Amino acid sequence: MTGTAAERFTVVVVGAGHAGLAASYFLSQRSIDHVVLERGEVANSWRRERWDSLRLLTPNWQSRLPGLRYEGADPDGYMTMREVTEFIERFAKVCAAPVRTGVNVTSVRPDGDGYRVTTDQGEIAARAVVIASGACNRPSVPALAGLVPSGAAQFTPFDYRDPSALPDGGVLVVGASATGVQLAAEIRRSGRPVTLSVGEHTRLPRTYRGRDVLWWMDAAGVWDQRYDELDDLTRARRLPSPQLVGTPEHSTLDLNALSATGVDLVGRLAAVRDGQALFSGGLRNVFSLADLKMNRLLGTFDEWATTAGRDDEFDAPSRFPSTRVPEKSRTRLDLGSGEIRAIVWATGFRPDYGWLDVPVVDGKGQLRHDGGVVDRPGLYALGLPVLRRRKSTFIHGIEDDAREVIGHLAGFLQG
Amino acid sequence: MTTAAANGVNVDALLEAREVLKGAPEAAQFTWRASSRWQHGVHSEIKIHNYFGLGQEQSHLEESVFQADHPEVFAATDNGITPIEYLLVGLASCLSAGVASVAQNRGIQLRSVESVVEGNHDIRGILGADSDVRNGFNDIKVTFTIDADASREDIEALVAQSQKRSAVFDALTNPTDVTVEVA
Repeated sequence: MTGTAAERFTVVVVGAGHAGLAASYFLSQRSIDHVVLERGEVANSWRRERWDSLRLLTPNWQSRLPGLRYEGADPDGYMTMREVTEFIERFAKVCAAPVRTGVNVTSVRPDGDGYRVTTDQGEIAARAVVIASGACNRPSVPALAGLVPSGAAQFTPFDYRDPSALPDGGVLVVGASATGVQLAAEIRRSGRPVTLSVGEHTRLPRTYRGRDVLWWMDAAGVWDQRYDELDDLTRARRLPSPQLVGTPEHSTLDLNALSATGVDLVGRLAAVRDGQALFSGGLRNVFSLADLKMNRLLGTFDEWATTAGRDDEFDAPSRFPSTRVPEKSRTRLDLGSGEIRAIVWATGFRPDYGWLDVPVVDGKGQLRHDGGVVDRPGLYALGLPVLRRRKSTFIHGIEDDAREVIGHLAGFLQG
Repeated sequence: MTTAAANGVNVDALLEAREVLKGAPEAAQFTWRASSRWQHGVHSEIKIHNYFGLGQEQSHLEESVFQADHPEVFAATDNGITPIEYLLVGLASCLSAGVASVAQNRGIQLRSVESVVEGNHDIRGILGADSDVRNGFNDIKVTFTIDADASREDIEALVAQSQKRSAVFDALTNPTDVTVEVA
């Protein structure tokens, strides 16, 4: 034990996004005293670290948190970031979460039978800590970004707000998950020539048989698949976000939609050599993999509808056209020729555990945990991909996870 | 993970190796070697016997000897296949091995797996006749004909997964840093 006088709480929750607040909800329900520390404001990442046009991928009716559901006029629409922020703020009020905003946690380290939490405003001693600081704290940019010639400006989703920030001219968007396809579409609409580098991806239609594809995920039980029942959990946790966008038109944003607007598709960015971007020649296969996988998923939905005897409620089963292979796909692009003026790295995000002075982070920067129970007694996590279920990172996915993780935590406190 | 299919692939051993090597990345470092000796003209003889892997020197049961030459239309002696054709040998055999392994793992019984690999090559590149033409293949097409106890979709998934895990497919579709030195 260190001698410094410190405040005491039974539990410290790091982060006041939907995950940290859900933890608080269940801690309060069990009358466990706690504090929620937030470096910025409630729902900080949603406010400050997203591009302007982003809307939730999940329809409004699906946006539910413990004790709070969407009650607006457009259950099938998708929330803007402002609406998400308001929704989470309302949740913080409804559950009267003991949030301290503007408190930056600089260290969490083991201390006696608990933890010592150091912040920029003092020290707190706690028996247990819930890490709810998010899965997307930093953009993940590949090392080869360092080899890009200076003539091409580089952006990540953290410093991109809208196309007006980009120089005029061609743009290379690297990565075709939700972020990459959304930014490619928006930048293309601004009139710029766009090349999209596509690796393995998850293709989904926005609607299927007349319902939102995420309605099907919910109904058919895919969302609820548990982490300990999946064949390859590591893979499931690394799965790129699906090619979806939330728009009032409920439009599908797959690669066919993008190439129809004139976006050039190229393979995965494999290397930058002598100022040239070199792309994989395996584009056809990533298309096949994604098409086959999507069709298997749609098959799961069809099967569920038949088994549930609900086929009549929906349009007839159908399949979407395969991803069109470009007639001629380039395998190299000269980044110094002036054709490409900007590169947007839509290559994923990673958590930041720089403040966590407990050896529970693996070589790839991920927390070692079993369903949110971190590899050291008294340490817990929430809001990470497939933490306990496929739906874990979605807003509506937090309730079941938080209930169970806080249940485990309560058991730990009782010894 | 045992299955009813009998394709002759020891999937259990592969899955076990995968688990073991997850925790021992150094043992997963292999070096494959070929030794070549120029014969005459554009004919070389290549021998392969030893390699390094699992932390130590290993060897094949027997040494293999390959002749590489060029055909008569290249005004050569045609003592063996053209070097670039060896890439087709590698791709076809790698993808077929992948199909068999994935099928075994998924419990799919194979009856026959045939493939034709075609590499389109504009030889003006290697002749220096047009500096805009590349030396290597312009593109490669592999056509599989597979007879198996599975739907067409399952067979397509086998072929897709086999490409996803293929060393040669990766080596051909992605750039590789190559060093050539004089000893």
